[in-house]
Amino acid sequence: MTRKRRRLYVLIAALASLGVASALVLVAFQDNLVFFYSPSDLQTKSLPADQRIRIGGLVEAESVMREGLTTRFRVTDTAHSIAVSYTGLLPDLFREGQGVVANGKLGPGGVFIADEILAKHDENYMPPEVADAIKRTGQWKPEGSR
Amino acid sequence: MSGLPWAALAATSSAMHRFANPTVALRLADRLMPWSASLCAGLFVVGLYYALVASPIDYQQRDTVRIMYVHVPAAWMALGVYAMMATASAVGLVWKHPLADLSAKAAAPIGAGFTLICLVTGALWGQPTWGTWWVWDARLTSVLILFFLYLGYMALWQAYDDPGRAARAAAILALVGVVNLPVIKFSVDWWNTLHQPASVFTLQGPKIDPSMLKPLMLMAGAYLAFFVTVLIYRLKAEILARRASVLRRARAEP
Repeated sequence: MTRKRRRLYVLIAALASLGVASALVLVAFQDNLVFFYSPSDLQTKSLPADQRIRIGGLVEAESVMREGLTTRFRVTDTAHSIAVSYTGLLPDLFREGQGVVANGKLGPGGVFIADEILAKHDENYMPPEVADAIKRTGQWKPEGSR
Repeated sequence: MSGLPWAALAATSSAMHRFANPTVALRLADRLMPWSASLCAGLFVVGLYYALVASPIDYQQRDTVRIMYVHVPAAWMALGVYAMMATASAVGLVWKHPLADLSAKAAAPIGAGFTLICLVTGALWGQPTWGTWWVWDARLTSVLILFFLYLGYMALWQAYDDPGRAARAAAILALVGVVNLPVIKFSVDWWNTLHQPASVFTLQGPKIDPSMLKPLMLMAGAYLAFFVTVLIYRLKAEILARRASVLRRARAEP
């Protein structure tokens, strides 16, 4: 075996073990790497009360109620949903059917008290005419319903 | 060991050896440079015209979508340049060829520049779209780590007086950082992130309207041509600097 070939093998072996090690680390830290929990996660995972968390999902259709600066709505992942209350200015993209991420705490009565709402943008880009045309044909799917 | 892969490897390596001669490489670089430079200029003129003027607004982002034409190619190049840098580093480590090390060294600041453009334009897009400049989600954080990997790589080259040892240390760092590339690409699929999933390279095909895909691809071509042009320029400078330092050392010895 030439020295070059031995160096090549050492390099491949080192990269392979590094890859396996990183994969194990990433799987182990899975729960810390998610940016937000879905409403279904809240059902299955027992999160300590009073802990600040982020929840994400779609704003449920016909659930938005505004009273002054306070907005109440439900965030859904189509399987489960959770009531959210937020006081403050909402991002421009906030609307029913839109993906959002809410930062806050689970309050009494199962209502999530948010102090920050971020709008999520989906991976679709199109001009308004195309969006209108798709809506007219009835093929429009709200984002996240994949 | 079967002979075929090694025969293929030997054939490529003999072709590589011809271009790995710095004199041949310099001559090739001189011939390639005017072409890549004019291609870069032409693609930027056409690409920016389509990106900023002759393309439609987005149905929900309006004109903010134009940031995407600067941001997305920068992100692709940030990943691509790193992959090229790591490949050159591996060749340098295994075959001990200085030209491979110098190519990686020459590419690093360009890749760092692309990563910075990606991070800054991403923040400028995030503020009006998401409502925040920055969040610590898996995609944004892993790209920030990529930026630090580029900076660390460049710093390691400066940390040693002996270019051979510097090349070795920097190459090992570049190769360790390769694990970050799949993490960046698939972070949006593996974990919940604020950043949206891929729009162009998806199994279902592009999710961007053709009228918007065209300026994006023109800009991607312009970025690639820019990278090739600046890489050639920097590699030439690195080869000449290496020769100058060898001559200086030869003269200093009695």
